[in-house]
Amino acid sequence: METVQDLVHVLADKHGRTRESLLPILQDIVEERRYLSKEVMVDVARELDISAADVFGVATFYTFLDTVERGKYVIRVCKTISCSMKGKGDVLATIEEMLKIKPGETTPDKKFSLLETNCIGWCHKAPAILINDTPYTELTPEKVTEILREYIKK
Amino acid sequence: MKNTHVKRVDLIFERTECKEVFAKVITMKPDDICQEILESGLKGRGGAGFPTGLKWRFTALEESDEKYVICNADEGEPGTFKDRQILDEVPEKVFCGMAIASRAIGARTGIVYLRGEYKFLLPKLNKALDEFHKLMKEFKHDFEVRIRLGSGAYICGEESALFESIEGKRGEPRNKPPYPTTSGLFSKPTLINNVETLDYCVMIMKYGAQHFQELGTKDSRGSKVFSVSGDTPRAGIYELELGMTVAQFVAEFGDGDTKAVQVGGASGFCVPRKRFDETIIGFEGVPTGGSMKLFNSSRSMYNVLHNYLEFFTEESCGQCTPCRVGCQQLLKGVEAVKKGEKTSKYLDELLKLSRTMKIASKCGLGQSVGNAFSSIVENFKEEIIY
Repeated sequence: METVQDLVHVLADKHGRTRESLLPILQDIVEERRYLSKEVMVDVARELDISAADVFGVATFYTFLDTVERGKYVIRVCKTISCSMKGKGDVLATIEEMLKIKPGETTPDKKFSLLETNCIGWCHKAPAILINDTPYTELTPEKVTEILREYIKK
Repeated sequence: MKNTHVKRVDLIFERTECKEVFAKVITMKPDDICQEILESGLKGRGGAGFPTGLKWRFTALEESDEKYVICNADEGEPGTFKDRQILDEVPEKVFCGMAIASRAIGARTGIVYLRGEYKFLLPKLNKALDEFHKLMKEFKHDFEVRIRLGSGAYICGEESALFESIEGKRGEPRNKPPYPTTSGLFSKPTLINNVETLDYCVMIMKYGAQHFQELGTKDSRGSKVFSVSGDTPRAGIYELELGMTVAQFVAEFGDGDTKAVQVGGASGFCVPRKRFDETIIGFEGVPTGGSMKLFNSSRSMYNVLHNYLEFFTEESCGQCTPCRVGCQQLLKGVEAVKKGEKTSKYLDELLKLSRTMKIASKCGLGQSVGNAFSSIVENFKEEIIY
């Protein structure tokens, strides 16, 4: 497995080393490693020749740039009003029960993290969740159980 | 279905040969393009409603070595999902709209800022983008578009926060003026339009300003794509002629028991049943970026308000105090009133606070929290208190 420094270097080659490249680099690291560790943020700062505080400031501003360790699959349950009206509570409870974790937590095997998120743009097909980048809509406890079973097998 | 006066329109999703439209545009003088858009009466479809043609002309008039065309696809307003559908179904029209804009203002670079939640659209968009660049080559029009992703920050839909984000910074809104038309991305003149607006520009160039202008009302020309959700048997995306009343809308989309419609999302206005008849959906009444949420009598408006306030408390960028502290205090305040820790008189204090936020906040987020807050509190006071 490539080291963190290698990854940062490769990504800087791909996106460039200007300030404008910071967000795409951080996004790609999160995609690859699921979160931004302190070490990786320092590496990025060194690579782009900017202050580590700037990198940390940007990373902590954006909800999807996680700065605590997350699982391989990050489940984001929409909690905004339409989803909340259409049974988001039952869907969330089903996920909690299946994975034995609460929002904000990660399973011990580091496979799943469970989070709540603001409107993801599927209000007409509520309730909706994102698993990494993939949206799942019009969920019921049965449907979400089925989906999670597939992910557990992966 | 009841027979109402809500008129369906099919412009946004209409299949269009972009090559033909652009062939026409490329022969036109840049200012004539701005004039055509201006005459159509099109106003920005992201919600703020600035006349699009004026924005184009202001940017065109700026002298600069570099200008940018930006497509705002950071659709984050609760209850809005039409831009996702437009990008999914007719991405080529959105890119074509950007190309028309680039011709009008004299720009070589375009950027689509796509919200992170819509990352799954990327493969499709990249494919459409390849085709688009081939088309630009055919016309020898020097214009390249790239896509930048957001990362889950609602505030980045605010134009100056969006620029900051592309520049690799925290998405904190800037002071205005200067406006983007003079100093936007990298301090260069920048034209920023919503996804739907750019699509309409293609249709205006295709059919002419007159065709668009004939639809709608004096203050709200044309049609608009609405995102309909909540207590409705017909949740979905609908393109409707502007100028209808909330009553007409409810007759078509309600479930027979609608007590309130939230027009314009969390930052919009709550229209109670007694105002359905007199309230026009559009710039003369309640403006909207397209979000239409229906609530029936089984819903607690306290829960609705609480949900919105939690949303704003989390999404406030925290930069200016009126918004950062104001959102928190409004949320704590309604909770305290509900629990009986504060008397109902305290709601008047909170209303004052929301008015202060409107005046003192730096950007549209803090300025518009008071819209939902006052319209829900004033119309559903008993539900907030008891």
